[in-house]
Amino acid sequence: MTTLTDPPKEHFRLSMLLYDTRYRSATIQVIALIGFMLLAAWIISNTIQNLEALGKPVEFGFFGEAASYDINQRLLEYNSRDSHLRAAFIGLLNTLVVAVLGCITATIIGVLVGVLRLSKNWLVARVMTVYVEMFRNVPVLLWIVLAMAILIESLPAPRAFRGDEPEATMKLFDSVAITNRGVYVPDFLFSRSLGDIHLFGTSSLRFDISLDLVAVLIVLAGSIFAMRKVSAFAAAKQESTGDRPTIWYIQLGILFAPMVILLTALGCHLGYPELTGFNFKGGTHMRNSLIALWLALSLYTAAFIAEIVRAGIMAISKGQTEAASALGLRPGRTMRLVILPQALRVIIPPMISNYLNLTKNSSLAIAVGYMDITGTLGGITMNQTGRELECVLLLMLVYLSISLSISGVMNWYNNRVKLVER
Amino acid sequence: MKKSVILGAATVAGLAASAAVAGTVDDVKARGTLNCGVTTGLVGFAAPDANGEWQGFDVSLCRAVAAAVLGDASAVEFVPTTGKTRFTALASGEIDMLARNTTWTFSRDVDLKFEFIGVNYYDGQGFMVPKALGVSSAKELDGATVCIQTGTTTELNLADFFRANNISYEPVPIETNAEAQQQYLAGACDVYTTDASGLAATRATFENPDEHVLLPEIISKEPLGPLVRHGDHEWGDVVRWTLNALVSAEELGVTSANIDELSAGTDNPEVNRLLGTEGTLGEMLGLDANWAANAIKAGGNYGEVFAKNIGEETPIGLARGLNAQWTDGGLLYSPPFR
Repeated sequence: MTTLTDPPKEHFRLSMLLYDTRYRSATIQVIALIGFMLLAAWIISNTIQNLEALGKPVEFGFFGEAASYDINQRLLEYNSRDSHLRAAFIGLLNTLVVAVLGCITATIIGVLVGVLRLSKNWLVARVMTVYVEMFRNVPVLLWIVLAMAILIESLPAPRAFRGDEPEATMKLFDSVAITNRGVYVPDFLFSRSLGDIHLFGTSSLRFDISLDLVAVLIVLAGSIFAMRKVSAFAAAKQESTGDRPTIWYIQLGILFAPMVILLTALGCHLGYPELTGFNFKGGTHMRNSLIALWLALSLYTAAFIAEIVRAGIMAISKGQTEAASALGLRPGRTMRLVILPQALRVIIPPMISNYLNLTKNSSLAIAVGYMDITGTLGGITMNQTGRELECVLLLMLVYLSISLSISGVMNWYNNRVKLVER
Repeated sequence: MKKSVILGAATVAGLAASAAVAGTVDDVKARGTLNCGVTTGLVGFAAPDANGEWQGFDVSLCRAVAAAVLGDASAVEFVPTTGKTRFTALASGEIDMLARNTTWTFSRDVDLKFEFIGVNYYDGQGFMVPKALGVSSAKELDGATVCIQTGTTTELNLADFFRANNISYEPVPIETNAEAQQQYLAGACDVYTTDASGLAATRATFENPDEHVLLPEIISKEPLGPLVRHGDHEWGDVVRWTLNALVSAEELGVTSANIDELSAGTDNPEVNRLLGTEGTLGEMLGLDANWAANAIKAGGNYGEVFAKNIGEETPIGLARGLNAQWTDGGLLYSPPFR
């Protein structure tokens, strides 16, 4: 008979935190964390104390005061009597406008250039290489300033359009005016408008939603839904009988007929820009600052995107192209149906960071006087109120939220297209 | 590695903590140079000349202060600032004083915690337009595109003026005077607005100054003055009385030509007190007895500085106007040296 004895129980001793390798790393990490937090706390309290010593305690009350300055490009109604918060909101929308426009154009140009750079045509491939290297290797600020300078110096001033024999004329059947203050294009007007919905009363975040626009979007969505139904029907018929019915004219009818009826009912017509007084009035005014910023940011980011696209395509094994050719697919369709869908998996993650870069680079807007959030909240408001810390903190928070939203959306998309492994 | 990062961060924070401490006079003396904030370039007020030497009306004040404190008019480090960066530069201690045609307003003085030590130029906001536009009054500017330097009081005055007159305009915000000039000359804006003195200075640099007119409306009071940080009264006194010394010198007839002769002693007790041959005014400020004499020698009295940089003999061609001595019907009025 044998007796089993328990192994001696090891009691935890304080010294083991230091001498026992099982605990030592945790000890070091906890100490480092405490040290880091102390440092952070000291810096923060130091800042607050110093600001109080200067007589400038941290407070956000100034946001409610009248901003007293005007903003040229405003998507929502705003005047100089509105609050600083409202001005910041207008600036935020301007940032989003240029970021969204920039991301879309940069993607289109980038994909095109990336694909063309792999072209077998020597000239096309080289031209694209030159483009990529030029734009990638010069700071974006210089491109922005250059774009602005070209727009200002090369285009005619509005007064050149005046007189019997004007030096400059409007383009496209007298509907578009290209001046060195921006481009004026016709806009849609509704003579029997449905009116607007006013949201958020009179607060700083108030905005109006045009019911006309809502109606147009609803009809458009309905049409697209119906078109999908029709093509599903055609596909089912093809499956069962082998004949695909001709549906393109039905599709066109579904797309356009309801829209035309709606627009006629709303009394839709074009408002043309007209030269009155100092400037063109009417139409939509796309300011030079927006165009320059948009163009420079898109072209600059597109150069990076092109490289990402090229890398993505080259990551797909050559066997895929050969297999597609063996099936009889033309090169264009091979690219569109076989290579790009697979390349997307490689392309999307670095693409996210390029979208983020574009959005953050848009804060250079002040170089051309584009009133984005850095120009309003981080520029004039900060300067006129002298609340540097508050404004900069808020600005950082705004950019952080924009960036996190973009990467959230893109990560969701990435999860959808990534290879599903079994 | 990690340690050095933490120590580095601690040093930076420590430096930041000490920046707000008073005692600028001692700092300047210990450093041996004066850090003076000026514009990024406005001919006549502050701009580097062909040799890279800063010249101008505001620059002269910096040199006078350096001469008063350090006895050397060239011991100035000029820090170019934009309308946006100037206050941060001063508040953070990067510069000791700001002489950058900055308007004295209530909120800058009280809320931003600065101390305006006086007015060295009484100005007002005006408009410049090309003659070809045929505009004769600012009230005819309905719908015009207006170039404006962002971060200035002129931006606020402009909004108020157009609102009060119920006319519309399109603001084009711009960072520096040079960019504004470029956009204005290219016709990207119809009007350029800033302080009338700045407009005159800008126009003087144009190829054809005659093709541009200043509109008669002056839409605001813009008392431009040098400023220092709030709370450092000794330093504020030094800068204030240096400016007063230049103004008094003109009133008393002390010029850079006769100052050496007058420094030997005169029958006028006030001149003697100003130039330090009588009384202990310099000692009270914590400076040498001949502090004011040095300041005046740096570039002459107020009138000489004005005439040399922006006066009617220069391309800028500004009349004294409000900036004449009170004895000549202007607003310049220095408290007595007693």
